[in-house]
Amino acid sequence: MMTQFRTSCVLIAMAVMTACTAPQPGAEFNDPFEANNRVIHNFNKGLDRTVLRPAGQVAAVIPDEMTTPVVNFADNVALPGMMANGILQGDIGGTSTNLMRFLINTTVGFGGLFDPAGAIGLAEESTDFGETLAVWGLPEGAYVELPVFGPSTERDAAGRIVDLLFDPLQSVGTGTQLKYGTGTRAASLAITRGRFMETFDGVLYDSADSYGQARLAYLQNRRFELGEEPPEASIIDPFSDDLSLQGFE
Amino acid sequence: MTNLNLSRRSAMTLGGASLVALAPLPSFALSASQAEMLVTSAVSEINGVISSGASVGSMVNSFKTIFDRYADTSYLAAYALGNDGRSASDAQKRAFGDAFGLYLANKYGRRFNEFAGGELQIQGTRSVNSYMEVRTLAVLRNQSPFQVDFHVSDRPGRPVFFNLIIEGINMLLSERAEIGAMLDARGGDIDALIRDLK
Repeated sequence: MMTQFRTSCVLIAMAVMTACTAPQPGAEFNDPFEANNRVIHNFNKGLDRTVLRPAGQVAAVIPDEMTTPVVNFADNVALPGMMANGILQGDIGGTSTNLMRFLINTTVGFGGLFDPAGAIGLAEESTDFGETLAVWGLPEGAYVELPVFGPSTERDAAGRIVDLLFDPLQSVGTGTQLKYGTGTRAASLAITRGRFMETFDGVLYDSADSYGQARLAYLQNRRFELGEEPPEASIIDPFSDDLSLQGFE
Repeated sequence: MTNLNLSRRSAMTLGGASLVALAPLPSFALSASQAEMLVTSAVSEINGVISSGASVGSMVNSFKTIFDRYADTSYLAAYALGNDGRSASDAQKRAFGDAFGLYLANKYGRRFNEFAGGELQIQGTRSVNSYMEVRTLAVLRNQSPFQVDFHVSDRPGRPVFFNLIIEGINMLLSERAEIGAMLDARGGDIDALIRDLK
């Protein structure tokens, strides 16, 4: 009962928040908080430089045989949350796949350290509450950069909070999963940072405007994940007349 | 990437060829099989460079040569410079085009090693507006497969790449934003930008 009450409160608050920032017509990005976002972006870069990137460098020299089980474990404990969201979205196929994964990997996969489900073609159907809100028809809202978590939108930020507050792992997880869930998820972040060192460094430290590059990449990739069509303005057609090639050929 | 499925590829090519032979060609001539062949042949050339064991510098030079042959270089340069290019002289535009190609070869060429031992599977091709989109799945070691779309047009009279979309991220759009930011950082000085891109 209490949980239901909390859920409704959070949902209503988030719905109000998400609904509030409509895009400016004609603007390239819906980013009314840009000045504030840039301050947070610089804070996040500092955090990366001092904590996550060095941790990633350490993780990168540890053999895959040791890091992959950590990533597998962290991925596995995230599955109950994805199943709950799959149900909320009415996605029977994705929910079943994630359920099979969770059952197989938690048992045959030694508590989730290994990924035998992946080996037989049951790939994770990634989802989250941000996607649930999108399926329910809530608009994306403004772009926001969150402290620690990085690029997001109003809708995805609301989703993150709900996913953090209501993790069904608390009800269905084993003792080991509850004990090591958070720790392995943090370690998994560092391992990922290490594996994609050059991609992250390229955006954060080698580009002329890391904020702009991160915003562009996040929004496009997120819309792609959600199966949304890219905005008309981003479709590039070499036969259209809006670009003069005179002088370049 | 080396393991593009050969039998499937030849089957597709043959299928494409027979279609071409049967159907009268419309004025829009680029076919799905031509677009896929462009991807296949660019991938095999890039793989050849990666497996050559040459130094990074010499690899980057080879990538620049491949880029010049396979990509719509003038369109890419014009798009990346965008509105900022309007005030540029023809000499500046040409110099920018050349420097931009080098910059791309450097930026992406240094990272092609990450693709060593991987595979690019062609999933299908569809026509979008006036170009072809070849959808592929990149299967690399140690990471989940991801989608890479190649956009191919015949604007210069032959099939060429003009864009690459990796998991929804549009490379040409990212590069226009990057070039714009670099130009802003140099107070709009195109000559300074050209110097620094090289």
